[in-house]
Amino acid sequence: MGYPNQPHQRETTVLSRYFGDTEARTLAGWKKRGGYKALEKALGMAPADIVNVVKESGLRGRGGAGFPTGIKWSFMKPGDGKPHYLCCNADESEPGTFKDRELMRWTPHALVEGCAIGAYAIGAETAYVYIRGEFTEPLYWMDQAVKEAYAAGILGKNAMGTGKRIDVHVHKGAGAYICGEETALMESLEGRRGNPRIKPPFPAVSGVFGMPTTINNVETLIAAAPILMNGADWYKKMSLSNPKSTGTKLFSVCGNIQRPGTYEVVMGFPFKEFLYDLCGGPPHGRKFKAVIPGGASVPIQTLEEAEATLMDYEGFVAQGSMLGSGGVIVIDDAQSMVSVIARLARFFAHESCGQCTQCREGTAWTTKIMERIRDGEGTIEDMDTLLDIGEQMTGKTICVLSDSCAVPVVSGIKKFRGEFEALIQGRRFHPVIAAVA
Amino acid sequence: MTPDLVGGLESPDYASHDRAAHEPYAPVFTGDVKRELDELLTRYPTKMAALLPALWIVQRERRWVSEEGMVEVADLLELTPAYVKGVVTFYTMYHQHPVGKYFIQVCTTSPCGICGADDVVKALLRHTNAGELGLTSPDGRFTVIEVECLGACGFATPVMVNEEFIESVTPEKVPDLLARLA
Ligand SMILES: Cc1cc2nc3c(=O)[nH]c(=O)nc-3n(C[C@H](O)[C@H](O)[C@H](O)COP(=O)(O)O)c2cc1C
Ligand code: FES
Repeated sequence: MGYPNQPHQRETTVLSRYFGDTEARTLAGWKKRGGYKALEKALGMAPADIVNVVKESGLRGRGGAGFPTGIKWSFMKPGDGKPHYLCCNADESEPGTFKDRELMRWTPHALVEGCAIGAYAIGAETAYVYIRGEFTEPLYWMDQAVKEAYAAGILGKNAMGTGKRIDVHVHKGAGAYICGEETALMESLEGRRGNPRIKPPFPAVSGVFGMPTTINNVETLIAAAPILMNGADWYKKMSLSNPKSTGTKLFSVCGNIQRPGTYEVVMGFPFKEFLYDLCGGPPHGRKFKAVIPGGASVPIQTLEEAEATLMDYEGFVAQGSMLGSGGVIVIDDAQSMVSVIARLARFFAHESCGQCTQCREGTAWTTKIMERIRDGEGTIEDMDTLLDIGEQMTGKTICVLSDSCAVPVVSGIKKFRGEFEALIQGRRFHPVIAAVA
Repeated sequence: MTPDLVGGLESPDYASHDRAAHEPYAPVFTGDVKRELDELLTRYPTKMAALLPALWIVQRERRWVSEEGMVEVADLLELTPAYVKGVVTFYTMYHQHPVGKYFIQVCTTSPCGICGADDVVKALLRHTNAGELGLTSPDGRFTVIEVECLGACGFATPVMVNEEFIESVTPEKVPDLLARLA
């Protein structure tokens, strides 16, 4: 709900309704707001029926890949005699993304409830919430919420008095972007270095501790509760465009914009109106130049592309990018695209786990070349070299961190070639100095 | 100013490292702390899974994770010290050397970068007297490092001081922020 700004009347606040409401953080406050009714309902249903409702709702993973959640849940075979696990991915480290942080620090019980519903639906008794170590505030509130839920008998060996066992544990990460990749998260949870695993086997077959595992993003799990309460049709109807994108989506907005914050809109909302009306447009005296709409791993959009976008999975693809994690990075005309991209490349170089040669070497070389172009020491051939490295880094590694590093570089050269050339030819980048009144 | 690509961002503070090395090692996991670990072990089907939490406890108690700390954890979890060290070195948040009383982390990834994070870093280095990234100020109080996205990009520039997360820091706010710590 535009947090930390006032909610905008064109938002549809389902998940973000209680941001800023300190009472919603406690069990008593959460129950007063209708909390744990969805879990009660879920525990009275057959797990397969829950999976069907979620399937029917069209909910897709909010962690980046957009995989249909109900289908993912249906991969967990009931009655295979093995312990099942649910992992909640709260590693949120994709530059531009900070929605899960708000969800956890304002509505921690919503996540406890979402984890319990998800665990029950996939036949798991244990859910681990893997939260990045830097999130001290979300960690604190999640710890509190879990403790309260155990004390109230919502969690534990007799969850809500149903005789069913549901445990939820908070697990603190220790600083590594790669641990947001699902198999790296599992390695890390097992007490290992966060190196992604080769797939197959997929997590539903052999995940954490070698057992069938489902992994979902914070926002995905939290969305399950209102879907169960209000029905699949209610959720499906919240879409202004493509029927394959349903429900509401949180977008965290940052960079050069008047009102950065976390906004919730229905799928298919016009991006132009979102950027100018909800978020207030560019800073005073400046103009938008480019947008990275789904976290640092998705292609950069020109302003024209962004303004023509409808905000859903298909809409962002149609305009040269992806919805990704919903982390919207807005860049204005005072910034050098080369600097922005060089710093992103450095991010990926720092975060590469180093297992795959293409990624370990590719991210480091990309950074070196990008930085020399930024510093006015590049050559025209450097751009071809970057494109060539980018190709070698794409589709060839265990996980897609490598591809993610190539994405801003390749899309940047394609869409902002002039800025690269200007720096290479010794024409210093002249930012449009804001006409600040 | 820009750290080298290879290797971590923290440069060792050898002087205090040596001081610490000469004090006899007292185990971390005794009494209540041992009971805390025992409770943690019930949450996972393997002992190894308690490794990251156990290392967090060591750091909470000692403010860094020493070689002796790693050996103690290895013994308790039936792992080898080399294995534990391999894990410790993978993650950026475990301090392998003593750090200043106030360990300050500043995000400089692009979304914060385009909102002026570099100026926040400069102000912090100047006002803490740390001088250079990764070094500790002469009075032993401050260590400043640059980190990657802290997941609070809409609150540029986020700064972490030990466990405290501070949003929307600007160069102008730095003197007050530091004065509050004193
Ligand atoms: C390098 C990398 C980092 C990722 N980081 C995150 C993250 O921080 N949070 C997240 O939910 N998903 C992240 N993902 C996506 C996960 O691998 C996974 O697709 C997701 O957690 C599945 O949940 P969902 O189906 O609910 O989206 C990352 C993927 C990659 C390749
Ligand atoms: S880029 Fe600074 S917090 Fe995300």
